[in-house]
Amino acid sequence: MLSVMEIYQLTPKTNCKKCGLPTCMAFAVALLGKEKKVNDCPPLMEEAKYQAKREKLMEAMAPIEGASETGLIIHEDKCYGCGNCVVACPVNVANDPKGSALGFGPTNDKAILIVEDGIVKCLNVEECRRFGPNKILCNACTATCPSKAIEFV
Amino acid sequence: MMAICTGCSLLCEDIEVDFNEGKISTTKNLCRKGLGRYRSMYTERAIPRIDGREAGLDDAISRAAGLLKEAKRPLLFGWSNSTLEAQSAGLDLAQKLGAVIDDTSSFCQGELLEMVLKGELPSCTLDDVRNYADMIFYWGSDPSNSHPRHMSRFSYYPRGEKRQRGYDEDRRAYAIDVRLSPTASMMKEGFFKVAPGGDASFMESMLAALGGKIPRLQDKKKVIAMVNAMKRAEFGAIFPGLGLAYSMKGRMDILKRLVDGLNETSKFSVIPMVGHFNMRGFNQMLFEKTGFINRVSFADGVEHGPEESIIDASKSCDAALVIGSDPISALPGGLARSLAKIPTIVIDPHRTLTSELAQVTIPSALSGMEAGGSALRMDGVRIEFEPIVPENDLLPDLEILKRIAEAV
Repeated sequence: MLSVMEIYQLTPKTNCKKCGLPTCMAFAVALLGKEKKVNDCPPLMEEAKYQAKREKLMEAMAPIEGASETGLIIHEDKCYGCGNCVVACPVNVANDPKGSALGFGPTNDKAILIVEDGIVKCLNVEECRRFGPNKILCNACTATCPSKAIEFV
Repeated sequence: MMAICTGCSLLCEDIEVDFNEGKISTTKNLCRKGLGRYRSMYTERAIPRIDGREAGLDDAISRAAGLLKEAKRPLLFGWSNSTLEAQSAGLDLAQKLGAVIDDTSSFCQGELLEMVLKGELPSCTLDDVRNYADMIFYWGSDPSNSHPRHMSRFSYYPRGEKRQRGYDEDRRAYAIDVRLSPTASMMKEGFFKVAPGGDASFMESMLAALGGKIPRLQDKKKVIAMVNAMKRAEFGAIFPGLGLAYSMKGRMDILKRLVDGLNETSKFSVIPMVGHFNMRGFNQMLFEKTGFINRVSFADGVEHGPEESIIDASKSCDAALVIGSDPISALPGGLARSLAKIPTIVIDPHRTLTSELAQVTIPSALSGMEAGGSALRMDGVRIEFEPIVPENDLLPDLEILKRIAEAV
């Protein structure tokens, strides 16, 4: 997964403050947290000498763009629908003690993760422990994925 | 609507299927393997053929009956993808014809399953594993690939009656394999890598540790710690896969010794990781009828032996009926050559390499989707299912076998 330092290396590193943030490092953190976008950095977009960096950054940011609000990225090509994440997710278990908790598919519509058409799908993001400012860095779903098909930004 | 998946021997019962204009639109809770099975309803379907040319279904069935009638020593092979009802009809047909009958277990989990059915190895149901197991062993098996929902439905992740905290604190899992498989990568510290064919020596090491000696192989402290934990386990389950079945062929007494040794202080059960959805059904049915689980000849009473397995029987038999299996693509070339020499009849929902080479191909309905019936899950629990697409013009295996039996 992309780290802040890797993103920082692709910024202009001039701390010009044109994006509204004090440093390029702060901009890199904001990019990773999906608070800013690559085109919020005017020098990177306008100046020709940063063209190579811009293209690399766009490419590196592409998977993060598709992440949910909690930062969950699902690689559909790697997922084989085993449902480990569905059953391991503590929120699924608490909301569905007779379904997901016992290894079955979710029996109500409160589930965060479900398997649809053989691939895991993220629903009800606001229920996730990683949602909102007071998030808990739970990783029950990613840690139990045998094919590394899901990860957090 | 709710459905049962016949993609592997877990026979998942919580599948939700939605239809749009007669075709499956979305499915829920189905793993990718099961989804492949459901989607296969619309691709590569077999058509009735005689000698490579398209023919009517009735002609194909009567030709098949004719070929079996003429044969002195027919071979009936396959069965692992048929319902219990079809398998029973197949057994009756084999007895009527005096045929050789064998299924895929003769080169799969047969040896282990035989020990389980004979009561030599203790076994339990998967629901027991979910409710009580605190130690789980995947030995030479990789359920992430072979039975994707095994870990999430029954063994490691779900909460059970006595295991409310699931994998977090209540269960420990170990994987013993020749490589770090996706399943083994989930076990973190519980993975032991053995050399190909080295399962028996590793098992001896565990036996040594069990007897209070120092094990010779692997990380000695790790093995001793594992065996000590096994001795204290409340309920353990071992899931041997094909890796173990092939590596320890003919030497399964070591596994029996290990399980017996462990059962002096704790409770361990063995559930073989059966592949096809109803292989155990066939083995159990034949075992109840004849005392053998596979490789049986009805030519002169009941004979059993390696010479009745498909590998040897295809050389001595003069006709073959292959149902729900594709031996030519699954088994070595020598077998393909000997099968190609004798008249072959294939009953299968799909086109396979075997059906392409067969004299007669009879298309059948897909069990679980287009045909109902019942099957035995890998732990021997009987699961019944209804068709989800009942309106189709395909005959189920049972009907085809009945019509062949009538015509013979």
